[in-house]
Amino acid sequence: MNQLKTFSYQKTKLLGYLYICALLFLCIRVVYLMVFRASHYAELAVEVEQRERHIKAARGRIIDRNGTILASNKTVCTISVIHSQIEDEDRVIACLSQQLDLPKEEIAKKVKKNSSIEKIKSNVSKEIGDAIREYELAGVKVDDDYKRYYPYDSLQSKVIGFTGGDNQGIIGIESYYDSYLQGMDGKILTYTDAKGVELPELGEVRLEPEAGKDLYVSLDYNICKYATQLAYQTMEKHQAKAVEMIVMNPQNGEILAMVNAPEFSLSEPFALSEELPEGATEKQKNDALNEMWRNTCISDTYEPGSSFKIITTAAALEEKVVTLDEQFCCTGSIMVEDRKIRCHKTTGHGSQDFTHAIMNSCNPVFIQLGLRLGAPRFFHYFDQFQMLGKTGVDMPGEASTIMHKLDNVGPVELATISFGQSFQVTPIQMATTVSSLVNGGKRITPHVAVGTGERKGGSKQTFRYPNKGNVVSKDTSETLQYLLYQVVAEGTGKNGQVEGYAVGGKTATSQMLPRGSGKYIASFVGFAPADDPQVLALVIIHEPVGIYYGGTIAAPVVSQLFENILPYLEILQK
Amino acid sequence: MERSVSPSQQKKKNNIGKGKYIDYTLLLMIICLLAFGLVMLYSTSAYNATLKTGDSAFYLKKQVKAAIVGFGLMFLCIKIGYRQFARFAGLGYVVAAVLCLMVNFVGTSSHGSSRWLNIGGISFQPSELAKVAVILYLATAISKRPNAMRDLKNNVRLLVSIAPIFLVVAYNNLSTAIIIAGIAFVMVFVSSPKYAPFVLLVLGMGVLAFLFVLGAKGSYRMERIQTWLNPENYDTGYQTLQGLYAIGSGGLFGKGLGESIQKLGFVPEAQNDMIFSIICEELGLFGAICVILMFILLLWRFLLIATKAKDMFGSYLVIGIMTHIALQVILNIAVVTNTIPNTGITLPFVSYGGTSMMILIAEMGVALSVSKDMQVDM
Repeated sequence: MNQLKTFSYQKTKLLGYLYICALLFLCIRVVYLMVFRASHYAELAVEVEQRERHIKAARGRIIDRNGTILASNKTVCTISVIHSQIEDEDRVIACLSQQLDLPKEEIAKKVKKNSSIEKIKSNVSKEIGDAIREYELAGVKVDDDYKRYYPYDSLQSKVIGFTGGDNQGIIGIESYYDSYLQGMDGKILTYTDAKGVELPELGEVRLEPEAGKDLYVSLDYNICKYATQLAYQTMEKHQAKAVEMIVMNPQNGEILAMVNAPEFSLSEPFALSEELPEGATEKQKNDALNEMWRNTCISDTYEPGSSFKIITTAAALEEKVVTLDEQFCCTGSIMVEDRKIRCHKTTGHGSQDFTHAIMNSCNPVFIQLGLRLGAPRFFHYFDQFQMLGKTGVDMPGEASTIMHKLDNVGPVELATISFGQSFQVTPIQMATTVSSLVNGGKRITPHVAVGTGERKGGSKQTFRYPNKGNVVSKDTSETLQYLLYQVVAEGTGKNGQVEGYAVGGKTATSQMLPRGSGKYIASFVGFAPADDPQVLALVIIHEPVGIYYGGTIAAPVVSQLFENILPYLEILQK
Repeated sequence: MERSVSPSQQKKKNNIGKGKYIDYTLLLMIICLLAFGLVMLYSTSAYNATLKTGDSAFYLKKQVKAAIVGFGLMFLCIKIGYRQFARFAGLGYVVAAVLCLMVNFVGTSSHGSSRWLNIGGISFQPSELAKVAVILYLATAISKRPNAMRDLKNNVRLLVSIAPIFLVVAYNNLSTAIIIAGIAFVMVFVSSPKYAPFVLLVLGMGVLAFLFVLGAKGSYRMERIQTWLNPENYDTGYQTLQGLYAIGSGGLFGKGLGESIQKLGFVPEAQNDMIFSIICEELGLFGAICVILMFILLLWRFLLIATKAKDMFGSYLVIGIMTHIALQVILNIAVVTNTIPNTGITLPFVSYGGTSMMILIAEMGVALSVSKDMQVDM
């Protein structure tokens, strides 16, 4: 009688089964979580449990042709915080903001972020890093790290380039050869508890870093240094806006020096050389930086002016529309259709053979050559000389030649092209094309890097830059050598002479657009020895004040340069 | 007369009459579960214990002490016999309610709510006592006037009589109050022949709860629901998420006993509510299923005792105990596996908690005492 009533008995059983069913359902839930969602959660778990620390790979050095190190590394510190290990947030924030000169809010945000490790700042000098270590703050990690170091600071700044905070190349060969220089970062993977304390008993996975490869370049520190000095002197002397100088080996395209004065400091690439006006926007600042970093030798084009007559001559000689002793008469101007185009000597050069015409840089003669060739044939030679595209130089940001469309070239355009006006080329294109015309006729690829190698000896790899075929005949090339030698020996390029050496070259003076602005570009391209060119130099002076003739102000720079570097390069006197 | 009784009947009768044997199967299960619980507790709490006190066995020692006291109480319960308890039902109810009320004023706090009473250096959680008090009170009330329970009014009256203790507990420990309400509801449900009113009540409560949440967009309640659905997106989902990480990284057979990483501070206070997640991580799917099966066996055993008990009072006591354990296990595992929104309920016999451990073992004593008079051959 005292026992459970029938309905209670049934209800109890029902309840028991309900409970058991609920637990069985939870079993299914657990199976779902542990089998089907396992990889998802396990992955996330490893993310919070594992700490990944990078061991930076040492970046490869940049070494010049004589073994002088142009770019190397020095030890700096990376400061990071581990949220869970921090004991005194305020002290950490105060100390870091003071030592690193960062706003407190920025640091506070990172300090308060609940992540396993948060980077505060990299590339901190070793002194500051050590100073922070002195505080012995819990949760603050100071890791040694490498920073790029340029012993000669601004020397060849726009060629070499610099690296960013993550050791990645930003401009120049640092950027172009980043994959060789960078190496592979190493890693240390450790398990940590929630406070970020490492758990050594679980072991660590260590991937050793692989140092980047050294890059051997054809630059010559001494030539670079001297050329830079000359460029700055010239810039000062003529109050010029900029001076560019390319020194290269015309036989194989190796660049010995490429000066873009004014250069910038590689140790502080983000410090603008010129103050921006108050309240400049971020974009204006970026533009100014990009302008400062610009390697104008390869990224900017200019109107080549009279030095382009070398190309016109080459085409005319190849096509045999002129001979050296053909007689011309210059009256000081020439009519092309309805336009009267003047010679730079308004009184005219009078009667002269072709050799003297190029020595005098006589415009009417070259206009005639251009007209004799005709636009299609002339353009065919541009193509043959491979001067319409890019040279393929091993630096980022090369610009192409800006040339008329063949269809749009009338007699007037043809005439102006003949003496180097109304189109633009890059300095590197000009230097490369002239090199290829006077070196016997083989088109070369200008380049800076010659090879890579392991830092600790080991394997070396040499880069190959095969010639891109013959562009003119050997005869034409030799004739050009002779003509350009005459230009320097007795013509407009007299100031380019170097005692004891046979120098060939061509002067140029071009107006900057818009014409009549009174701004000029003076340039000179010279090479030596004239009969077997071993070194070629192109000097471009932008906006000189006062005298602006290439023959007067640019040729002496090359002369001075050659005077010093020809003996240095052990080129025998004639 | 006696001679006509066959030997087998004789034996059965003896068993009924004298009740020599307790349910040793149940006792064995309890001991196994307890031993397993202590091992897991040590594994889970060693890290936190070392960090806090320097003694890796700090929590284990306290738990073992509570278990020993619990076994003492269990022995007493079996010795005294459950029938004696009916007398103390009213007193127990009042004492538990008063203690629960006191805790709100003089309690020791932890995590923002005061839940512990400090009596002579021993801290004690009166809300755990409240659960047993309610079970005892209801079992007594129902078994005294079983026929009165046929009347729905009396059902309601009985439920309302639980309200004071429910409110006092709910004031600072809603989870425990919900367990108390659940136990009361189930016991009254069993005592009544009707189904419909109870089913309607459950459905009504469900609808109310739904409206309650919906009507509070952007509030704390809503956020809690959102956290449950997408724990990744909320700071408050941290504990749940870390628990899921632990479960997910267990695999089929787990990382091995003691090898959990999530217990190293990732799952906050892993020895408490979230201990099941660490069991999953260390013992894998296999271990987790085994634990659930152990609880299923335990419940099945209670079911057996409740249905075969000699008297109504014993039956209702065991139904209360079974419901207590079942609700806690189900809710705890459901929370840990993020099947329902987070609420703080411990896993019986495994989670850390001295009072809970002690009272649970004492409850087992009551159940064993009831099993002594079961109407079956043991």
